[in-house]
Parts: sequence; structure tokens; C-alpha cells
Amino acid sequence: MLPWAIYISFAGVAVLMLLPNGNARAARIIALLTAVLGLVCGLGGALQIKTGATVASLCKLAWIPALGIEYHLAADGISLTLVTLTGIAAVAGILFSWNVEHRAKEFFAFYLALIGGVYGVFLSFDLFLLFVFYELAIIPKYFLIAIWGSTNREYGAMKLALYSFIGSAMVLIGLVAAFVVAGGKTMNLLELANYSFPAAFQYWAFPLVFVGFAILAGLWPFHTWAPTGHVAAPTAASMLLAGVVMKLGAYGALRVAMTLFPLGLKAWQLPFGLLAVIGIVYGAMVALVQNDFKFVIGYSSVSHMGFVLLGLMTINEIGLSGAVLQMFSHGIIAGLLFGVVGRMVYDRTHTRELAALQTMNLSKTMPYAAATFLIGGVASMGLPGFSGFVAELQVLIGAWHAFPIFGILAGLGIVVGVAYMLRTLQKSFFADHVPRTNPTNSAGEQITVPERLGAALLMGTTLVIGLYPRLLLDLIVPSLQSPLFDGLRKGAGL
Amino acid sequence: MNLAEFPMLTILTLVPLLSGIVLIGFDSEQKKLARGLAFTASVIALALGVLTWLNFDPSSPDIQFEQRHSWIPTLGIEYFVGIDGLGLLLVLLTAIVMPMAILASWKIEERVPLYFSLVLFLEAGLIGTFTALNFFHWFIFWELSLIPAFFLIKFWGGADRSFAATQFFVYTMVGSVTMLLGFLALYYATGTFDFLELAEAAGDGGLATKLAAKISWPGLSAEGLSLLVFAAIFLGFAVKVPLIPFHIWLPTAYVEAPTPTTMLLTGLMSKMGVYGFLRVLLPLFPEEMRAVLNPLLWLAVITIIFSACAAFAQKDLKRILAYSSINHLGYCLLGVFAAATLTGIDGNWATEKAAALNGVVLQMFNHGLTASALFAFVGFLEQRSGGARSLDDFGGLRKAAPVFCGLMGIVLFASLGLPGLNGFVGEFLIFKGAFSLATWATGLSTLGLLVTAIFLLTLLQKVFNGPLNQKWSAIPDLSWGERVVVVPAVGLMFVLGIYPQLAIGPINATVQRMVEQLKF
Repeated sequence: MLPWAIYISFAGVAVLMLLPNGNARAARIIALLTAVLGLVCGLGGALQIKTGATVASLCKLAWIPALGIEYHLAADGISLTLVTLTGIAAVAGILFSWNVEHRAKEFFAFYLALIGGVYGVFLSFDLFLLFVFYELAIIPKYFLIAIWGSTNREYGAMKLALYSFIGSAMVLIGLVAAFVVAGGKTMNLLELANYSFPAAFQYWAFPLVFVGFAILAGLWPFHTWAPTGHVAAPTAASMLLAGVVMKLGAYGALRVAMTLFPLGLKAWQLPFGLLAVIGIVYGAMVALVQNDFKFVIGYSSVSHMGFVLLGLMTINEIGLSGAVLQMFSHGIIAGLLFGVVGRMVYDRTHTRELAALQTMNLSKTMPYAAATFLIGGVASMGLPGFSGFVAELQVLIGAWHAFPIFGILAGLGIVVGVAYMLRTLQKSFFADHVPRTNPTNSAGEQITVPERLGAALLMGTTLVIGLYPRLLLDLIVPSLQSPLFDGLRKGAGL
Repeated sequence: MNLAEFPMLTILTLVPLLSGIVLIGFDSEQKKLARGLAFTASVIALALGVLTWLNFDPSSPDIQFEQRHSWIPTLGIEYFVGIDGLGLLLVLLTAIVMPMAILASWKIEERVPLYFSLVLFLEAGLIGTFTALNFFHWFIFWELSLIPAFFLIKFWGGADRSFAATQFFVYTMVGSVTMLLGFLALYYATGTFDFLELAEAAGDGGLATKLAAKISWPGLSAEGLSLLVFAAIFLGFAVKVPLIPFHIWLPTAYVEAPTPTTMLLTGLMSKMGVYGFLRVLLPLFPEEMRAVLNPLLWLAVITIIFSACAAFAQKDLKRILAYSSINHLGYCLLGVFAAATLTGIDGNWATEKAAALNGVVLQMFNHGLTASALFAFVGFLEQRSGGARSLDDFGGLRKAAPVFCGLMGIVLFASLGLPGLNGFVGEFLIFKGAFSLATWATGLSTLGLLVTAIFLLTLLQKVFNGPLNQKWSAIPDLSWGERVVVVPAVGLMFVLGIYPQLAIGPINATVQRMVEQLKF
């Protein structure tokens, strides 16, 4: 059932292409149906497959036998978690782009292609296949921003594409090297993960592949594509970019770089842990001084992804499962925040300047948007009861294990996170001293039903996972015991 | 009646929580219905609270009304609620003060349903905090109470409300984050978030060794590490109480908050901090507290004396009472710190410690009752004076509004610690216990008592006595509606003053157990 999430998404692209131009309504309905079906497949798979401490193989066909390359789809608890995230984010993103009229058909086609590629990455257990899907996801991203984006869209799109390609190149070099070193017989992730690469090789291959992936996860100082890309992207694309695409990077870093090169990981643990903490604190501090609503959320993504990377670098089970949960959680929360900023506010007020929003008394004119942003905001602050809390809690416990001082610095990042979110809340929706004479110049249309649905889906998810994280932890934690992580356990003392 | 299997505490938390959720959906014009529903919910909670009290076995120091359910097995987190005497008294206090505060808010006209739903969320947060025994959901409730308080100040507060709300939020959050980090270190060292198990782990030879065994911090000794974790958690509670110098947020927040909200802030939320000292710090970190006992005692003394002097220097009634609150809670902390003194296992010392801790719990309850009643009176006065509330604005009100002044006078005397009223017993027990345990600190603290008497009497003098300020010659006396708010509280002050056993009964066994567990 699970692989159908990939196929349905690409089938949706094909159907959209056949649609006559100008029928935006049909396009969005098809896109929504496709995304919902994808989500259903993902959820169905998550319920049906009892991965436990194993990797469940879904589909394994010879592809390029001469090189040992297979079409190999498989899933463990981590894949299932991220597939579910992708499904939810995809549905919410379409609900938040219900007002796209300009070339709607192409918009949704690129959108679904991106989703299909992402599903593919999360389910590939052949490195070649994984890389193909990974590249497949970059192209639609570029077009989504370059065509439908706003501020500085060409710049944002190009920067994002260049960073992605540089990262991919690094990954590719590392993977090919690993393939050759391991004897050139297989690209199977499970087999490579249990192959003991020579230590000297791991010392340089690990940082190459890890950084190659982590660029996309917003690793400081390679994060600069993220804020500009997020801001330039249309709402749905920024939701996906922050919500899902950044997870591709973190996922690759964990799934490929860390499992293949445990000795390299051990050697580079401290420097990359440091970069992660710098990302947390730096991202939060920069978010604190932004004047553009969307840039605040953009930098907050850098900060929150820092928690993912910090969790990965703790190399213990609680930290790793926290990192995976944080990927999920940040995907939901960032999607929600970008949805409010881009769709609910910007599409109605046509400004993202906090100074301008301050005068508009938005909590009165858009109470639903205000309540949504409030919930997203407190979830993003890491308040308990929301998914972010459980994730950050686990990462910080892991940090006490690996590097207490980094954990404390990350705590500082949380405090700054509270500060910037509070500042943004006060300026955007809950400003004081609003000139009463200012009529509701910005009211525009009311918050529409699709927006409410999308927001409710995301708010509900972060709350349910926050209060009952078992739903995901019971998938994630056992999968860390699977044979895939044997190498990591032996080599890096997981 | 057997209530052992009945999930009383969960329902007690859910009643205000669900009512609050229902109220959010109300239209802002449905004011009467909103007030009625909020009041009903708080009265139901009060009834449940009283029912709990009636079914509580005061002779047992154990956790009662206990409920445990597996929640997040991978992290060993359970849903674990229960109360001992300490929890019971604070749940009761919450249940008593809430209806008072809701009645005192009757005249609020702006966004009424939202207002009351926030108040009810706050009640849920408080009850949850006082009943949760696992850090995970305890922390959910701890933070849950912060959000409604923030918005109550921000939306309904005075001129400087935004600043006050933000400052309050940021201070508390900084404390919460350090506390979180500290608890995570404890979890990492012991593998549990359960308050009772943590206390047990601390009893078996200290958390310091366990922390040092798991956490490697080059250049930091085992004692240093455990002191650091202690300090992190301490900060979270100290901000909430607050202990000087972590009090900066308080006067502004209390003054800017709408007066009924101030009743909740001082009457209930400040108790969360003291509760943390008793439930977490004292059982978990006795050795760490002892290691820094003198600085801690100094902090308590400074808190007591400085806040009394600050209250004396103020003109604004709300600000006076805000500092007076800091002062009264300072006594609580004096009692807690004195109980941490190293004395050996001697019967006499145990009696003194039990006296001090009994006094602390009693003082929490009394201060909650008295301070919220005082702020209720200030709120009534504000409504009459159109917002004026400076000491110099009034004078001679006794002649125009005798009932008002009579009742408020009683409450002022209760706050001052007059024998026969509730405040006396708690303070007396604290001083009695603390005097032999920490003589110098207790001696210095009596200065605070003196200054308190001076500023409270000044208040009485300037507002009620003297020549009647002609501006207020037609000031209306306490209305029947207002009497409903304060008379039960005043009655309770007499009852507790004359028969303190009513409150000491349920807590004594708990306190004895606490002293036993201190083991020194």
C-alpha cells in the first residue's frame, strides 16, 4: 500500500498535465484528491505495517544488475513517521493554496511532483534510487518559487537550487566513493550500513555526505538559502519547503551519512554538534530582529532544525528519536505558521511588514487567524502539550548525555525563541494602541473554509502528538533497534 | 461513600478545562450566560473539592485519590495524579478563591466569554499543577496556567498592560526553561519523571552521585553538577513565588492586571512556586540546599525586609499589596529553608521542623485567602473611585461606607497576623519552628513583621480614618453582590483563626512524613 503514495502523486501530475488550461477549480480538486489519497496510503501503511525493530521491505526489483542497483522500497518506523508528515503537509498545503489562479494546473503539477519525490526519498532503501528521488524533488521546488513566488523570487529560487545542487554533488561524490570502497557490488542501504568502511575513509566521507544532506536541513553556516527561499516561495511551497524539504536533508543525514560512516560520525560529533547549537541560537536571535513577518518564521525554521541536528549528534536513542520527532513536529508547526503568514495574512493585507501589520488590529478583523497563529506560536515556543515540547525534551535529554553545555546553550535558544515569538505575536496580531479610526482596511474576504480545514488539520496534529506522542514514538523508538543501526551501535556507541 | 476508585482529581481538572473550551465558542454578546456558566463551573469545582476534603483521610501521610495510567512508555512517563495534605489544601484554596474571583469579575464588560474561559483555563492549570505527580503533565499544567494569565493581563489590564504581560511572561519562561533543563538532567540520571520516585532516589544517597555517574562535564565536580541542577530548578520556582531578586516582574504585573486577575496571581499562582519548593526542592535537594543554606536564608530575609520596606514606600494600593504579598511569601520560604538546616535526627529538632513546615503550608493557604480578599476590596474601591487608588486619594471612608471599611479592616488585620484571625497561626508556627533552626535569620525577619504592621496600619489610617474626603461623601457602601464575594472569605478567616486544626489536620501527617524523609 505504501509505495502507492509515490505512484499516486506522480499519477496526479500526469492527470493534471492532461487537464485543459484555465480550469483552476478542477486542478485544485484533483490535487487535493491526490494528496488525500497519498495521505491515506501513508497512514494505511503506517497502521498496516508492523515494522517494530525491522525494516519492512515493500518492493525489490533488479534495476541495473551490473552495478547492483535495485528498485528497492522499504520502510521502518522513521520512514513511516516522515511519510505521514509528508501526507499531512501536502494536504494542508493544497488547502492553503485554494486561491491560486495563475497557471493553477502547472502549480499543482509541480507541487505533486515534489510530494512524489519526497515520498520516494523516505521509502528508498537503495542509495541510487534515493538519490534519484532526492534530485527529483529539487526541480519542482525551483519552479514553484521562480514562477509563483513573491519578493525576490528569482534570487530565492536560484540560491535554493544552487545550494541544493552543491549539496547533492557532495552527497554523490561520497556515495560513489562508498560504493567503490565497498567493492562496487551493491547500493543497498542495509548492506552498506553493515559494511565496515576503513576509518581513514570515513573521516572524510562522513563530513562530505553529512554536510551535503544537512545543507538542506539548514545547518549553520550553510543555512542562508532557507530564509530567502522560504520568503520568496508561495505559501504552499514555503509550507512544503520548511515542512518537508528540510526534513529530506535531516533524513539523509541520519539515514545515509550516519549509518554508513559511524566512525566518521564519532570523530565529527563535537564540531557538528557545535554547528547545530550555533544554528539554534543564531537562528533565534536573527528571528528576534526581523521586520518581515515571513523572515521571522524562516529563521525560526533554522533554529528549530538546529534541534534536529543536535538530536542527531547526541548519538543516543533518546536524542535520535527526539530528532525524528522534531522533524515531524517542525514540519507541522512551520507549515501552520507559514500558512497563517502567507495565506491568511499576506494574501489579504498585501504586506508582511510587522510595522504595517501593527496598525491593522488584526486580532479583531481576523480572529480565526489570530487564534491559529497563537496556537502555532506557542507550539513553536515549545510549550508542553504540543508536539515540539516532547521532541525538544528528548533532544535535550540526549544532550545531557553527549554535551551538557550544548544542551544549556540550546536552552538559551528556547528562551530567545519565546522572545521572538512573543514579539511577533504582539506586533502582528495583538498590537496595542491601535488607532481606532483605522477602519478594517484589511479585512478583505473572511477566512475561507479550506483555510480553516488546513489549519485545523495542522493544529490538531501538533496537539494530538503533543499529548499522546506514543503514536509516533512507538514507531520511531523500536526502529532504532533495527539491523540498519547495527553499524552505528557498534561504531559510534549508539 | 467510597471514592477510592473514582477519578476525582481528573474530573476536578476537567470541569474548568472543558467549561473553558465551551466558553471560547460563545458569542461575545452572551455575557450573562458566560458569567453564569463560569460561576457554575467554579462552584462545581468547589463542591468537588469539598467532597475530596471530606473523603480525605487526614491521618495518612500517603498519596490519596491516586490514579496511574501508562502514557508514554518509551520515556517511562505515566499519567499520575494524587494528593497528600499539601496538595489537598492547595486544591481547596484554588476551589475557594476561584468563585470569589469570578464574582469579583462580574462587572467586566469586554469580551466576556473569552475572559471567563481564560480564568477557567487558569483554574484547570492550577488544579492540574497541584495534583500532578509526574513531571511531564505537571509541566503541561504549569505552563498552561501561564498563557491565560498572560492574556488576562494583556487584554484587560491597565495602561501599561502590554509591557507588564510581556515582562511577566518572559521572566516566568526563563525560569521554566532552566527548570526544564534541570529536570531533564534528573531524568537522564535516574530514568524517571515521577516526583515520588525522584524523591526516593534522592533519599538513597543523594542525586549528586547519580548525576555524576551519568553526566560527564569536564571540570565540574559531582557537587558542582548537582548544585547546578538544583540552581536551574530553583530559579523556576523562585521566579514564580517570587524571591527577591527575581521579583522584578511582580509589582508591574499585579498593578497592571485587572484586579480579579491579581486575586488569582497572588492568591493562587504564587503558591505554585512555594508548592514547588515543598514538593520538589526540599525532598530532592536537601543536601544542595544545605550546602548553600546561608545564602538562601539571606535571600529569604532580604525578601521579607526589603518587600516590607518597599510596600511602606508605595502610594498605590495595589502596589502596596503586591509588595506585601512578596513579604508574606518570604515567610514561607524562610520556613522551608530553616527546615533544611542540618540538625541530626533528634526528636526535638524534628518537632521544630514540623512546626515550621506546618506553618509554611498554613501560611500559603492563609495568604491565598487574605490576599485575594484584599485585592477584591481594592477592586471594589477602584470601581467606586473611577480608578483612583492612591493612599492620598481617600480618607475617612469609614464614615461613608462602614461595612466596607469594617470588613476590609478585618482582612487587613488578618494579613497583619492578628491573633484570632487566620494569618497569625501560620506565621507563629513558622517563627516558632524557624527560630531555633535559623536563629539569626528569623530574628532579622521579625523586622519585616514590624514594618508590615506599620504599612498596613498606615493604609488603614489614610483610607478609612481621618477627616472624610468630601469627594467621597456619597460613596456607596458594600453592595449585597459584593458582600457575597468577601463575606464567606472573612468568615473562613475567623474559623481558621479560632480553629486552625481544620487546616492543620490534613497536613500534619504529610509534614511529619516530609520531616522524616529529610533524614537529618
